[in-house]
Amino acid sequence: MSGRRRLPLAWIATVPFFAYTVAFLFLPAGSVITGAFKSNSRGGGWTFSNVTTLFHEPYRHAYIVSIEVSAITAALGAVLGFAVAYAMIRDNTPRIFRGVITTFSGVAANFGGIPLAFAFIATIGPLGIVTVFLRNHGGYELNQHLPLFTQNGVEFVYLYFQIPLAILVIAPAIDGLKREWREAASNLGASSWQYWRHVGIPVLLPSMLGMFILLFGNAFAAYATAYALTTGVVPLIPILIGAYYQGNVLDNPHLAQAMAFGMFVVLAAMMVAYIPLQRRAQRWAK
Amino acid sequence: MEDYEAQEIEFWAKLEEEGMSRSSMLRRSAAAAFGLTVMGSSATALAATRANLAGPPATMTKAGLADLVKAAKKEGHLNTIALPPDWANYGEMMSTFQKKYGIKISNANPNGSSAEENQAVQSLKGDSRAPDAVDDGPAFAISGTAQGLFAKYKNEYFNTIPRAMKDTRGYWVGDYWGAISIGYNANLVKTPPKTWKDLLKSDYHGQVALNGSPLTSGSAVAGVFGAAIANGGSLNDVGPGIDFFAKLKSSGNFIPVQSTPQTVASGQTPISIDWDYLNLGYTKQYPGANWKTTIPADGVYGSYYCQAINASAPHPYAARLWQEFMYSDQGQIIWLKGFTHPARFQDLSKRKVIPKALLAALPSAAIYAKIAFANSGQQTKAKTLIASQWPSKVGS
Repeated sequence: MSGRRRLPLAWIATVPFFAYTVAFLFLPAGSVITGAFKSNSRGGGWTFSNVTTLFHEPYRHAYIVSIEVSAITAALGAVLGFAVAYAMIRDNTPRIFRGVITTFSGVAANFGGIPLAFAFIATIGPLGIVTVFLRNHGGYELNQHLPLFTQNGVEFVYLYFQIPLAILVIAPAIDGLKREWREAASNLGASSWQYWRHVGIPVLLPSMLGMFILLFGNAFAAYATAYALTTGVVPLIPILIGAYYQGNVLDNPHLAQAMAFGMFVVLAAMMVAYIPLQRRAQRWAK
Repeated sequence: MEDYEAQEIEFWAKLEEEGMSRSSMLRRSAAAAFGLTVMGSSATALAATRANLAGPPATMTKAGLADLVKAAKKEGHLNTIALPPDWANYGEMMSTFQKKYGIKISNANPNGSSAEENQAVQSLKGDSRAPDAVDDGPAFAISGTAQGLFAKYKNEYFNTIPRAMKDTRGYWVGDYWGAISIGYNANLVKTPPKTWKDLLKSDYHGQVALNGSPLTSGSAVAGVFGAAIANGGSLNDVGPGIDFFAKLKSSGNFIPVQSTPQTVASGQTPISIDWDYLNLGYTKQYPGANWKTTIPADGVYGSYYCQAINASAPHPYAARLWQEFMYSDQGQIIWLKGFTHPARFQDLSKRKVIPKALLAALPSAAIYAKIAFANSGQQTKAKTLIASQWPSKVGS
């Protein structure tokens, strides 16, 4: 009985995962890529014109704005998220803060779309509660300093879900910083700056880079929030894709697919830049 | 009216371009319809097909209706798509139909767009969940016809539908129309705007919204058309309309928020440029918003939607009965209750069957008399211009 070899069955557990990724990632991505090179005219032959169109206005500008919004909110989200996460994990912060902040972040990181946009419009929009309150009490015009319906406004709103996501992602990495390292550094006479420069940041850098990519992708693909807030007056690629793919007006799904293909390219370029950086950042670990 | 003849000619030219003759197109759609009825998993649909080997009718008469009702009841089910219950009173339309005939309606993707409707017809072909009938914008009704998605069907009332609002071969029929209007919250907006030019006044700083972007929303495109007419443009040239919104934006009057029932109810979009039937509906839905509607006299622009029947509808008889119901006097009045002008409005008003209270709820007929509709060529031209200019002129 004990001599019978058992079939290795552990791989079966991975089947749902691979089936899932094939059905919901690779097949749709494949159809987007092939669709990007099809003509919208009847008969639908192969063409490069969709992709070359992307280098013209308004598409080129929309890519630039999309990348700016994603990079800025990812960078700010990463820095601010890290600061909050570190503050909540520090030894002398009461434990309760961690529970509260983590729970709130779990909710806020997934809050988006029309509800989020409406929440901001109703508080700091031109007739929002806060705006009106400030106007009536001291005549302060909030929207002159914080115009909600501009690129900065969109970035401001995105931070509402970017910072909590950053907190959730980076907290476990901060947990990994051992107290002993800090003590050892102090014992050797290191200042706080030297500790961070030589120990803290190098240890956290791979996680920070990974977090930046995640936040970038998160903002890059966001659609409903920006649409409800600005109806595309701030031109973002996902909004243009929506316009060509599922609107009541424009009808060129292949151009939409080409724009989505362009997004793949941007993200792929990010990954290509990320891998050597990651490797470099992890060098000390060997 | 010549516009629509031009549209027809354009359509036939397109067909010829593809090298497809009219008869081959008909054969194709007939084959598709037959294939689907047989393939449809529902046994009752199969039985219905057998009972009536001729297949679902292509025209309807008063006498034929009883047979249609019988066959539709046998199918017992109707799939609709993209019908928001609070839009054009579709909620009442669907519930009344279900009660009257005992046919259950499944309404998929209530807030879907015309593009999504046509995509569903194509991608769900052969599936029992495929939509039986669609409510498309005219551009999509025409392109869907060219792609062979729709069945030819002339309902009993076909002759009383204005020539301008139907495909004369019966691939689609206009169902209801509306005019672009200015709705405003009378609590927040002290001097009511009456015209497009009024909207430029500094009183309306941070108050004027559209129902979406003209790159996605038909209502916003209509806003651009209306503004163009008021500012020296025309149906052929919406450039002045785009410039108008650029001016509104730079003066700070325009807020790019998409007006929705929520923003209207809460007062975040004090002035909303939208279809008259939606603005008139808000008055009733949100009494707290004190919502009023005007049709701006300097640019009266309208558009309609179209009914078409899926050529491979899983419930071909129910689909036809649904159309019969909507175009009957009863159905037309249900649409009218949703503040739209149904296709047979003239016919109904000539026969004096419209309840007085309903007429009183609409802005005066005189203002509607000035209405302009764009044909498909003008639509395409406008969209092309909007797609290239809106993002840079009105965008940031």
